[in-house]
Amino acid sequence: MKTIDILHETYAALASNKVRSGLTMLGIIIGISSVIAMVSIGQGAQASIQSSIQSIGSNLILIMPGQQRAPGAQVSAARGSARSLTLADSEAITKDITLAKAVAPETSSRYQVTSKGKNSNTSIVGTVAAYPSVRNVEMDMGTFISEQNVKSLSKVAVLGATASEDLFGLDANPVGQTIRINSVVFKIIGVTKAKGGSGFGSQDDMIFIPITSAQRFLAGDDYVSTISVQAKDSESMAEAQQQITDLLLKNHHITDPTLADFSIMNQADILATASSITGVFTILLAAIAGISLVVGGIGIMNMMLTTVTERTREIGLRKAIGAKRADINIQFLIEAVMLTFVGGVIGVLLGWGISIGISATGLIQTQITLSSVLLAFGVSAGIGIIFGYYPARRAAMLNPIDALRYE
Amino acid sequence: MIEIKDVTKTYQTGDIAFQALKGVTFTIKEGEFVAIMGPSGSGKSTLMHILGALDTPTSGKYYLNNQDVSKLSEDHLADIRRDQIGFVFQSFNLLPRATVLRNVMVPLIYAEVKEEERMTRAKEALKAAGFDESHFLHLSNQLSGGQIQRVAIARALVNNPKLILADEPTGNLDTKTGEIVLGTFQRLNEELGRTIILITHEHDVAEHAKRIIHIRDGLILSDSKTHNRRVIKHS
Repeated sequence: MKTIDILHETYAALASNKVRSGLTMLGIIIGISSVIAMVSIGQGAQASIQSSIQSIGSNLILIMPGQQRAPGAQVSAARGSARSLTLADSEAITKDITLAKAVAPETSSRYQVTSKGKNSNTSIVGTVAAYPSVRNVEMDMGTFISEQNVKSLSKVAVLGATASEDLFGLDANPVGQTIRINSVVFKIIGVTKAKGGSGFGSQDDMIFIPITSAQRFLAGDDYVSTISVQAKDSESMAEAQQQITDLLLKNHHITDPTLADFSIMNQADILATASSITGVFTILLAAIAGISLVVGGIGIMNMMLTTVTERTREIGLRKAIGAKRADINIQFLIEAVMLTFVGGVIGVLLGWGISIGISATGLIQTQITLSSVLLAFGVSAGIGIIFGYYPARRAAMLNPIDALRYE
Repeated sequence: MIEIKDVTKTYQTGDIAFQALKGVTFTIKEGEFVAIMGPSGSGKSTLMHILGALDTPTSGKYYLNNQDVSKLSEDHLADIRRDQIGFVFQSFNLLPRATVLRNVMVPLIYAEVKEEERMTRAKEALKAAGFDESHFLHLSNQLSGGQIQRVAIARALVNNPKLILADEPTGNLDTKTGEIVLGTFQRLNEELGRTIILITHEHDVAEHAKRIIHIRDGLILSDSKTHNRRVIKHS
């Protein structure tokens, strides 16, 4: 039997019962499209988290105050309350670690901020002049905090894009105006460009002030909450991280590295952790959608078994006029595969549409990858073969005499 | 052309064995028109299945065109059916929702005849079966019983088989339509020299053949030329 004839017979058979073929296909369409849409959501989330992690800087090593633990004691303080890093540590890193290109200590705390008639609770970041280069911050208007500002404890502030919008409205130029942070008056000298990305805590809803001013006027102490270190290049990250660890352990007089009172991580670690979390999330979504695909496959099998029973006499006739077992087998198998394949194509298109629709709502930027489309095709063809195999075999094994007599 | 030697067929259902054919021997030459006649349960259907290469005998030999068909595998039997035998069934067995032409072309699909040739051969077969050309593209479920059986005859002819096996071809037709169909067989036999075996339980139908093999309880009762043969005049 020629391929073209098989396809023709298949089309004729499926077209002769359009409603049933359509409904059966619907199961596959729903299965495939939900797999495509779910995977695109998962991968979109992954991409958005990755880009927001990358947007915080490049070749970044972050040092944060860690658990303060007395030797032997298992009680540890929460990280936020730990106070173990100071400006001295930051200065030591700047001085001694040659692999560090730039070092930016910061303090971060939420305070009440008021402008003319507007009120907001925003994250106030006290930092230094190196911050923009370390953390990839670009200026929209005005200038960032200078070294001079830091040295002289200036009461100047740089607004993040969202903070500026909240306090002064859209498209306003607040440079030169003043705000009150925790009742202390600060003069605005600049506004940063929006970075976008909301996954990892918005980088835009912040107000930057000199770290010395933050410590003196707001916090009243000299601890820092994070030291961001930019390594020279990606190759020197691991070495720089090790050198910083050794330096800080020495300066803090800690001999056992497991008892370190700070934690240090690099961007690659954060990225890897986030990727593995979103990867699991994607697999979970795909698995749930996969269940509907299996249900669709069972629908195919059900329909094919019904078809074989209904067409028993036709099978008998075909055998009587010379069809071999293989001819019947392939004909019914192709019918099942055709259903799943056409369903797969429609499902991919539908899933694509759904993911574009989700992107359009702005909730999450979905991403369709070639691999997920190919996988969906492969799976749908595979389902056709797996769930079509048994009915086709049953048709092929029919005895022509019994099949012709079948009522 | 057909040689049946001591053919027996036993059906085994659990512990019970039933012998449908108890040793049947006859030969049929090319160009003959033979009726195999017997009441239900006589073994004529079993004989038809063996003659049609749908089944193999339990013992004995069946030679079709000097080829031993009695021990072939299922796929080889399919080849024999495809190339050498044309079937006409009582219940027609046309494909529903397919046109007349397409129904006739189905055997050619399995014979892998070229696309262009199929149409020509199907039309020739339909004409030979006396089917009206204006209905070629009708769907098979729009036809009358007589027309359907002509399509079935055309389908049996399309592969140019040596042997046409007709199993109660008039069983579902009224007398008048049945006569016309039997007339078609007579014409195919006489004008085109086709070998035809007609299986029936009706004496009236059997009398249209040239020779009648009477079968009862799995044995041949009589085998003789038809007395008072009925010949349908065709226009």
